[in-house]
Amino acid sequence: MLASIWAWLIAPEQWSGSRGIPNRVLEHLGYSALALAIGAAIAVPLGLWVGHSGRAQWIVTATNAARAVPSLGLLFAVAMFVGPRISSDLAYVIPSLVVLVLLAIPPLVSGAYAGVRAVDPAVRDAAYGMGMRPREVLWQVEVPCALPLVLSGARAATLQVIATATIAAAVSLGGLGRYLIDGLAVRDYPQMAGGAVVVASLALAVDLGWALLTRYAVSPGLTGRSRPVRGGKQPPVRGVGRHEAPATSSRVLPTGSEST
Amino acid sequence: MTWVWEHLGDIGGYAVSHALLAGIPLVVGLLLALPLGWVARRYPPIASVVVGGSSLLYTIPSLALFILMPLVLGSKILDAINVYVAMTIYTVALLVRTVADALGAVPDATRQAATAMGYRGFGRLVAVDLPLAVPVLAAGLRVAAVSNVSIVSVASLIGYPQLGYYLTDGYQRSFPLEIGVGIVGCLLLALLFDGAIRAGEWALTPWARAGR
Repeated sequence: MLASIWAWLIAPEQWSGSRGIPNRVLEHLGYSALALAIGAAIAVPLGLWVGHSGRAQWIVTATNAARAVPSLGLLFAVAMFVGPRISSDLAYVIPSLVVLVLLAIPPLVSGAYAGVRAVDPAVRDAAYGMGMRPREVLWQVEVPCALPLVLSGARAATLQVIATATIAAAVSLGGLGRYLIDGLAVRDYPQMAGGAVVVASLALAVDLGWALLTRYAVSPGLTGRSRPVRGGKQPPVRGVGRHEAPATSSRVLPTGSEST
Repeated sequence: MTWVWEHLGDIGGYAVSHALLAGIPLVVGLLLALPLGWVARRYPPIASVVVGGSSLLYTIPSLALFILMPLVLGSKILDAINVYVAMTIYTVALLVRTVADALGAVPDATRQAATAMGYRGFGRLVAVDLPLAVPVLAAGLRVAAVSNVSIVSVASLIGYPQLGYYLTDGYQRSFPLEIGVGIVGCLLLALLFDGAIRAGEWALTPWARAGR
């Protein structure tokens, strides 16, 4: 079994052309990145605004509740309603992209929202006390402090999008899911398993990329305290620590707010 | 709507298998995550390995994990055990961190008071730490339950019968009502799990409502 999967993985036809692994990886990453960019453009400002102003908090509740909708159902429903209304080659791409964007939004909103809400009120007061305007407080204080949670929301959204882009092969999207769905259709297990290995590796690599980015993008003033202090007491897993709102913390994301 | 009434029996059957595919791994996952989370909390050097390793498992897309399960288990591709084990892996991945956080959230003063009263070791863990960790645990369980119900439906792409069947079948037949039944069924099931966990939390934390 393993030998046949390995044989599939290293076969020359898997490494060239539009059906080859390199092209499928690029497709998969392309759709995911596009969906995340659109989702972030909508969700991050929304989450920051709700967190900063404290208004319209129902948006966060609603987006969190929307996560209970099964992604497969959303995918098929949107594909069925949107697909026939588009009369070009994009008929296969747009419905899937819409779904990927919709799925990226909840973790991004709650990450940005929880990040801003969890900023130490004393820090915010100090910023106002120094004479900063609300806009300056948002951009120079709240956003940098919220960055770890914004990024962890983005990381969760990325996982969700990459996983769903795989399923979207069932509604004719390209990408690595093709191997899984096409292999299933012709009962070609080595192809399915080979594709599954590639997509799992891709997801792991991208997640690792996010971990590294989080580590270097977050202000040292924030990460400094997660360094072990000599002789100091160091809680082993400070999953949430100070910068996470308790009400939303467990919903922010599965992989956690730190680069573990 | 007549379609729904005609198929009510089937829908019920699929809902039950869906509930089992999502629910059994939830329970097994919790039982596995408790000791793992405790270890992560107790021995800091192991924490990053345990928590990091389990969150790595969570990154594997569900369809890929379902397909890879037969390789690991030596089972047949259509064996339901693949889905049970895959869902248990996801549950553990989500809950290990929750358990570690939940145990960490027990106030130090309470722990010291319990020690002073003569509780120690495993007895204190079961009688003091775990009950106090219930609210955080319940929050994590609710997230895992909703996520499980959604992920289980993906297994219908490979052909395991549960509510997800109505999603794939409805799409293939271009029958919106059937997709609607699948989605609503999953939502109701998620709601049911959520309610059950809330009820369990309520029953297990009598002190939380004593002060009101």
